Amino acid sequence: MPYIPLPEHLPGITGLLEYRQDTAAPIRELTQILLRGPSTLTEAERELIATVVSNRNECRFCTAAHTAAASVLMGEADTASQVKRDIEAAPVSEKMKALLTIAAQVQVNGKNVTEASIKRARENGATDLEIHDTVLIAALFCLYNRYVDGLATVTPDNPDFYIALGGRLKQHGYNRLKQGYDHLKQSTLHK
Amino acid sequence: MAHIQVPEGVPGIRSLVMFRPETGKPLYELAQVLLRGESTLSEAERELIAAYVSQRNETQFCLMSHAAASRALYGEDKAIVDSVLADVSTAPISEKLKALLHIAGKVQILGKEVTPRDVEAAREQGATDREIHDTVLIAAAFSLFNRYVDGLASWTPNDPAAYEEMGKRMAEKGYVQPAPVQQ
Repeated sequence: MPYIPLPEHLPGITGLLEYRQDTAAPIRELTQILLRGPSTLTEAERELIATVVSNRNECRFCTAAHTAAASVLMGEADTASQVKRDIEAAPVSEKMKALLTIAAQVQVNGKNVTEASIKRARENGATDLEIHDTVLIAALFCLYNRYVDGLATVTPDNPDFYIALGGRLKQHGYNRLKQGYDHLKQSTLHK
Repeated sequence: MAHIQVPEGVPGIRSLVMFRPETGKPLYELAQVLLRGESTLSEAERELIAAYVSQRNETQFCLMSHAAASRALYGEDKAIVDSVLADVSTAPISEKLKALLHIAGKVQILGKEVTPRDVEAAREQGATDREIHDTVLIAAAFSLFNRYVDGLASWTPNDPAAYEEMGKRMAEKGYVQPAPVQQ
């Protein structure tokens, strides 16, 4: 049971973003720019950063949602599952390993990012903008994960819920749907 | 030295949003709506939550600037800020604000740390759904801001007078995004 009354058909973050739309608007805009805006990192790579951070914050809802989004963008589920287990052993580029390591350090605390990890990212071709965006995506998910769990939102158990959500995130990104979310009242996936 | 090439001599988050104004815009808008928008919590109280979370994350820049903003907003009662930062339990603030700061402290650790009992305790002191929501979101937002500022090693001034000036500006003008660097 969430700590505040939220729409039952909108578990996880979606109910919170509908609860207070004036705070949701900049959060959505920031996410859309960072995860879907023009970037030299692919959308899938940016979703992997979100996945790793959410997993380390033990936020089940965000971990499942961004694992699904990364997997649908990549057309396979193995990479998303491996980066959660072991960044160094995952089938991603050396640059991505370095950036995911920075993200994992940000998850603990900003001060944990070391000169050595920045140097490694640069040696593998990471630009200032890629390093900036990696830090900000990791920091943003430290917000989301705390928001979602701090108010005890509902985490659906049905894996099909996250497949549908991942598909929605691929197709529509992070902007609020124009028609709102009433159509999801008919869905049974969140139950 | 910051980890990336941000404008020199510009402190903290200001240097980062000048580096990337597109993401700076929603970040400043979020701070403005959460800390200055309509609320039954005063601006001084909300700045205090921000300072408290920043202190726990050991982000000196955010701690000093939001503590200064809270002091400026409390005016004659500005000593409240330092007593809260020293020890919430003995600070001269309402029981409701203590309960909300307790929730913010839990959120700083991890969302899961907030228990039904923490929320019930805040309600018993009269906290509303919206106040509980906003406390959690302010604490979560500063979990972002603190990591952004420290994760890129942005410049943290040492001079307390610089923060006093900053705090006054934040109290009077709110969160106005600095102009991007002219190329």
